[in-house]
Amino acid sequence: MIKATPKPLEEIINYVKDFNKILVAGCDGCVTVCEAGGMKEAKVLGSALRLYYTQAGKDHEVVETTITRQCDKEYLAELKDMVENADAVISIACGCGIQYLTEMYNDKIVFPGVDTHFMGINADRGIFEERCAGCGQCVLASTGGICPIARCSKRMLNGPCGGSEAGKCEISKDTPCGWHLIYERLEKLGQVDSFTKPVDPKNWRTSRDGGPRVIIREDLRKAEPQHGSAHS
Amino acid sequence: MEPRTPSKLEKIMAAGHLGVTSEVGPPRGADGAEIEHKGHLIKDYVDAVNVTDNQTSVVRLCSLASCIRLKQMGIEPVLQMTTRDRNRIAMQSDILGAASFGIHNMLCLTGDHQTFGDHPMSANVFDLDSVQLIQTVKLMRDEGKLLSGFEMKVRPQIFIGAAENPFAGPNVELRALRLGKKIAAGAEFIQTQCIYNIPKFKEWMKIAVDKGYTDKAYIMAGITPFKSLGMARYMKTKVPGMDVPDNLIDRLKGVPKEKQAEEGIKMAIEMIQELKEVPGVRGFHIMAIEWEEKVPELVKGGGLYPRPQV
Repeated sequence: MIKATPKPLEEIINYVKDFNKILVAGCDGCVTVCEAGGMKEAKVLGSALRLYYTQAGKDHEVVETTITRQCDKEYLAELKDMVENADAVISIACGCGIQYLTEMYNDKIVFPGVDTHFMGINADRGIFEERCAGCGQCVLASTGGICPIARCSKRMLNGPCGGSEAGKCEISKDTPCGWHLIYERLEKLGQVDSFTKPVDPKNWRTSRDGGPRVIIREDLRKAEPQHGSAHS
Repeated sequence: MEPRTPSKLEKIMAAGHLGVTSEVGPPRGADGAEIEHKGHLIKDYVDAVNVTDNQTSVVRLCSLASCIRLKQMGIEPVLQMTTRDRNRIAMQSDILGAASFGIHNMLCLTGDHQTFGDHPMSANVFDLDSVQLIQTVKLMRDEGKLLSGFEMKVRPQIFIGAAENPFAGPNVELRALRLGKKIAAGAEFIQTQCIYNIPKFKEWMKIAVDKGYTDKAYIMAGITPFKSLGMARYMKTKVPGMDVPDNLIDRLKGVPKEKQAEEGIKMAIEMIQELKEVPGVRGFHIMAIEWEEKVPELVKGGGLYPRPQV
């Protein structure tokens, strides 16, 4: 899922210090899982803001809420009254949610309350690791199920480079060498010979390099909604 | 192996001589005279001179301009190119530019990650990796095509080089396979990482010989003399992928500080002598880092002087 972290409180206060009625809008999706933008974090941020306004002697009204997903307009529509009532909104959804909320309520000022980082996994309590770079053309079938684009610092398709040492990347002793992991996995699968065959240059057009991306699934557009639709 | 390009380095090794290259690191400023000065120090002792491409990700005068300068002095350059900073458009463009000045050697590298350098906040590119850069140069030279498929009227003529580090992870077998991959992609000469661990290097070379890689590419052994005990320790602990055995550190420890540089040169010469006898070694790449004036002594001491004329 998408991984985000809360922005420093000072930065958020700096955004909203001249507003009085604030809506802190969380999201029950990815940011709840990584504990950056769910109801718990909305409450924490709301309390901190109330404390700030009180100490600064400013009138204020801070409301916290979350919706199922900020990347769907059906759910964003649920925020209508609360957004209208606020002077400014702090969205603590991922960068997608923040932008979609802004698009939906275009005359309202919306600030980001989190920094959105990457698509990753929950390695341990409080440890999130990147796994997918969203290149749009998955190569995992030939790399032992380990992504060289997300997990090699140089996104090499013919690694490991000469800086790989004792299983670690040259950028840091805390970063596993992605190609070392690939090698170990291919060795386990008996596919090490594939290392002698050069992998051709990648077509990056399906990645961010091709410009902002849109997926149009005609099959889904034609199909009847399965369930839970507002349009009956 | 028959020479396929006008490269003097290629001709020398094709004729069965041990090739000798060295390198020049360009300055961190616009002083072109410094490149000329370094070139003058070594020109009669080597067949070609590599020019590094923003090594360790520190901004320096560019490799291409430096190579042109050397070429104009009558020195044969080896253009080093990393894929870190330029995409395939820029790299192919630079290859054509180099070829237009009669530059006939390239060393294709991925490059150090930019976090090592003076601009750790910069974006990186890595559109291609070193293997794919080798493929690109080969395509341009042998098929006269760009990666787009566009056919050129005039092709670059470039002797294609690559680096390999026998001492990096995960193990010596994988490093030999990766050498094979670079050769399969089109590499014709290989300049290795600085060699200090000779037994491990021999292990790597044996696999290369057994797999027939040495019939397809010239392996040039990388030599970097220690200037001091401090440098040896730095190389051992701080430089990624460097393998410095303790006995070399101990040997430097055993001589007084003012004699360490001399001992370092002596050790490098002994290494050249020993590596000359290793099957598959076809030349030496002498990287005397900020110590170019010592290259003549190393070449002479290693019995590699005078350089053959071809």
